[in-house]
Amino acid sequence: MVLEDGVSKYCIISVLSSLEISKSRNVTVKSEGAETALKMSVTEMFSYIQGFLSAEQDIREDIRKVVQILEQTAREILTVLQSVHQPSGFKDIPSKCQKARELFCTVRTKTGELKTKFPAEQYYRYHEHWRFVLQRLTFLAAFVVYLETESLVTREEVAKILDIEVDREKGFHLDIEDYLAGVLIMASELSRLAVNSVTSGDYGRPLRISNFINELDSGFRLLNLKNDPLRKRYDGLKYDVKKIEEVVYDLSIRGLAKEQETEGDK
Amino acid sequence: MSKREDEGCVRNRRTDAGQKADDCVNSDSPVIGAFKVFQRELDTKHDKHERLVKISRDVTIESKRTIFLLHRVTSVPDFENILNDADVKLDGVRQKIGQIAEELRGEDLHQFHRAFTPGIQEYVEAVSFHHFIRHRKLISLEEINARLVFMKEDQTTKGGGEDVCAGPCVLTFQVTPTDYLLGVADLTGELMRMCISSVGNGDMDTPFELSGFLREIHDGFSYIGNTGPYEVSKKLHTLRQSLGKVEDACYALRVRGSEIPKHMLADVFTSRAAHLETDDGIA
Repeated sequence: MVLEDGVSKYCIISVLSSLEISKSRNVTVKSEGAETALKMSVTEMFSYIQGFLSAEQDIREDIRKVVQILEQTAREILTVLQSVHQPSGFKDIPSKCQKARELFCTVRTKTGELKTKFPAEQYYRYHEHWRFVLQRLTFLAAFVVYLETESLVTREEVAKILDIEVDREKGFHLDIEDYLAGVLIMASELSRLAVNSVTSGDYGRPLRISNFINELDSGFRLLNLKNDPLRKRYDGLKYDVKKIEEVVYDLSIRGLAKEQETEGDK
Repeated sequence: MSKREDEGCVRNRRTDAGQKADDCVNSDSPVIGAFKVFQRELDTKHDKHERLVKISRDVTIESKRTIFLLHRVTSVPDFENILNDADVKLDGVRQKIGQIAEELRGEDLHQFHRAFTPGIQEYVEAVSFHHFIRHRKLISLEEINARLVFMKEDQTTKGGGEDVCAGPCVLTFQVTPTDYLLGVADLTGELMRMCISSVGNGDMDTPFELSGFLREIHDGFSYIGNTGPYEVSKKLHTLRQSLGKVEDACYALRVRGSEIPKHMLADVFTSRAAHLETDDGIA
């Protein structure tokens, strides 16, 4: 017997009552009031529904509280990472990343808490509540990983950093669209970083960012996006690409890029 | 001059990268590889969504037709036939919902909820209208859900059939409380139309019965009030209007019913329900 996810609680009851009803329906189709099972008055019915709704509202309230703390932590991490845009911050990127990683510990405990606030199979029922913060956190994780290794974070890595799952079946997971949205946020952050790294005298970084973003762009072009928020966000990627190309252009006509490339890999 | 050349150069490089990706040449790159996986995943999801929307539209159309059919009971002497016809139609709708249930097997019901919620609401409206005409009662959420159990063999058969062999898997479809509420809110509109048209046919009892029932539903919705989802509170306004129309009709019947000849009663309400009457004509 394969029971559908998320409804197994009522499934057995429903099956039994359905059998009962259809039996009585077949025997006495025409006699009125044959379906005596599960009768409720209008008032009873509405208070029954009201019970459902208020239970749901309680859950939403709980979720909102945890999400608020998550958002707070996400802002802290962002503040730490923002300092890479400062000329002084460029030198100690590793230590910034280290600090950010420490803050991700708080995130992990909070996501652990979030998981307990609602039934695991109703992820998408409450998805809206944490969608935004999960995208932010994905961005932050991707940004940290990029600063450390200059490569694109995988979905599995993000899930590991946030202590959540990749597959829907295994519990609280990272939705693919949220992951992609987080990556797109990172792209615009990187275009900013390219500009600021030139200001700080690091001429090699924009070239590497350019290659990276171009690869991302061709990756995204493989996707058949629907007319949804993700698509809208993706439409912004071309401006990031353009911006970085301009930076690279500015560097190359002045011969700054090459000079950096030869001594850049120090 | 040199600027344009250089820009062109950069752009060329970019399009090259894109073409390579399209030609699967660049598939050794981990990023492109990962995005190929994403592409498959997203496409599967979107396809499923589209299929669900399509089924939902079919459910909506069939449910609407059932409701139109049921509206004929006020003018036909043997409404039992119509009710049985409607039952057959609703069985057809349930088959379609069975397809939804099958699409959703192993998926999160709420992930694709937006795709099929209009159809389900229309179904709730039809099935509760049918139930009301037959039993003069409000169908409960459990009763609706109990009918949406499907035994899956080679083809979807309606749940609870005696000829189901051993070991078929059971698929259920659960109408969410919100969909149920919204469907019931739509039902009140149908009841209002039924009330007005039954007045037109000189039926003096149905309007009072309906106004009592509508009032009960209205009380129920007021009880839920703002705690419900946004759409529910939006429907509350329309519900009030329907209730007002029915109460006006009952008032007019009580005050002037004894004075006005029955064949003129319809005229009394035409000003109020002109568009509804034309709709009925089409049906």
